Amino acid sequence: MIISIASGKGGTGKTTVATNLAVSIESDVQILDCDVEEPNSHLFIQPTVEEVLTITTPVPEVDMEKCSLCGKCAEICQFNAIVVIGETVLPFQELCHSCGGCVEVCPEKAITETGRELGIIEKGHRNGLEFIHGKLRVGEAMSPPLIRKVREYTRPGTLTIIDAPPGTSCPVIASMKDADFVLLVTEPTPFGLHDLKLAVGAVNILGIPHGLVINRSDMGNDQVKKYAQAEGIPVLMEIPFDRKIAEAYSRGNMIVEAMPEWKGKFLELYHRIEKIAG
Amino acid sequence: MKEIVIISGKGGTGKTSIIAAFASLAENKVLCDADVDAADLHLIVDPKINEQHDFESGHTAIINQDKCTECGLCRDLCRWNAISEDFVVDPIECEGCGVCYYFCPEKAIDFPLNTCGEWYLSDTRFGPMAHARLGIAEENSGKMVVLIRQEGKKLAEEKHLDLLLTDGPPGVGCPVIASLGGATAVLIVAEPTVSGKHDMERVAELAEFFKIPAMVCVNKFDLNPDMGQAIEAFAKEKNIGVIGRVPFDPAFTKAMVQGKTIVEFDSRSEGCKAVREIWQTLAKSIDI
Repeated sequence: MIISIASGKGGTGKTTVATNLAVSIESDVQILDCDVEEPNSHLFIQPTVEEVLTITTPVPEVDMEKCSLCGKCAEICQFNAIVVIGETVLPFQELCHSCGGCVEVCPEKAITETGRELGIIEKGHRNGLEFIHGKLRVGEAMSPPLIRKVREYTRPGTLTIIDAPPGTSCPVIASMKDADFVLLVTEPTPFGLHDLKLAVGAVNILGIPHGLVINRSDMGNDQVKKYAQAEGIPVLMEIPFDRKIAEAYSRGNMIVEAMPEWKGKFLELYHRIEKIAG
Repeated sequence: MKEIVIISGKGGTGKTSIIAAFASLAENKVLCDADVDAADLHLIVDPKINEQHDFESGHTAIINQDKCTECGLCRDLCRWNAISEDFVVDPIECEGCGVCYYFCPEKAIDFPLNTCGEWYLSDTRFGPMAHARLGIAEENSGKMVVLIRQEGKKLAEEKHLDLLLTDGPPGVGCPVIASLGGATAVLIVAEPTVSGKHDMERVAELAEFFKIPAMVCVNKFDLNPDMGQAIEAFAKEKNIGVIGRVPFDPAFTKAMVQGKTIVEFDSRSEGCKAVREIWQTLAKSIDI
């Protein structure tokens, strides 16, 4: 089963829920941190890293000896990533989406592909828990291709917990697609509710069963609960604001480490998800 | 014209609450919400929309079943596995590269322009505002960020205002990169947690990469003063101006619930005092 943990708004507690859930379940579990722009799960899981891989995406390189300056590559490219200027063809590798169109269209076979570094993937363990995350190279704009690479590590037959990025655009979709369940973490504030509605819209487009965790549930107002009730979205867990939790988080400690009594609550959360997602 | 962009790396550190407070404090400015993916500033500043426009960007392939001979070339060429065995394009997977459209021997593929959101020019009780809404599950957020900042600048020029206050997106990827180019300075709102420090370091590196001067303030400083100081020490080492500390203050959430800035809600609160000092330091440092 794949459970993706998303939120719309940032800072609502996705990583807190993902990491605590992952360490609370005793069976075969892997956690994939797909918030590759700002991955944080490793700060709490503290895995022993066994493998580091550099991930690249193909981008064009032009052999000017072969090029006839016909301009077809610039014509097919939708991203202005290759242009003909005077007597030369200039690829802008940072803009390239790696579609391969220029390679395919070139009548002189003058274009080959080289790699642009997207970032790294680190793979490791903490006790029985398998840990994988991607880290986008600072300066790299495109996170979805790296997210898709991280998701290639999904092992069928295990429980896969995905820590998704905030927002509702392409990186979030790449982190939720094909999940069996999306757990939306929100906070009961106007910002939390507004962004939750967007996240629910995204989950509905993908048609994935979903439920809510309300974090800092005693701050703000009751509008999130009213919304969940009206929309028929189950509230699967509430985490009250507790300075002890916030301070533990600030030091990189998980709730279940600082307050072991929470382990049962996260297990219960998992069982509720299992029941809904089958 | 000057532009301050507020970013954070990590989401939920308080960017929007702080920029809303700045909206109360700054003069002669235009507000710009460049967090187009999950825009929230409008919930506080309550814009009255004067102009509304579609945002068109990128294309999606659509196969015309009447013309398609199922030769399979498009499926061979598509690197996104966006075309199903029965030759239907999944619009979520389609990257908009146009390779299938270009090569289809039957010209059976259409490639229309996408409408992927809306953008607005508005008035607020704090002055004019440029903001946008990216459609759910849409791409091209970076292009939308570039557009909304340009529109914000135009608005400022028209109204003879000399400051753009821009609420940036979280992360370090495409929309954040799009929010940095040409900015006078960025203010990084950090939180004193291991995640906050980790993410602040990455976004500081990004600002350095694009050579944009950066300043930092630590929000909820008293939650973990040691971590707050560690962030400040990192900033000093990187020549990033440390321009203040904001205490953990429930008044921020209470103000948000009422749709007010903290300055409007309780100008004597600790949070408001701290943000006011930060604003004064920031304004001085960019000469406004």
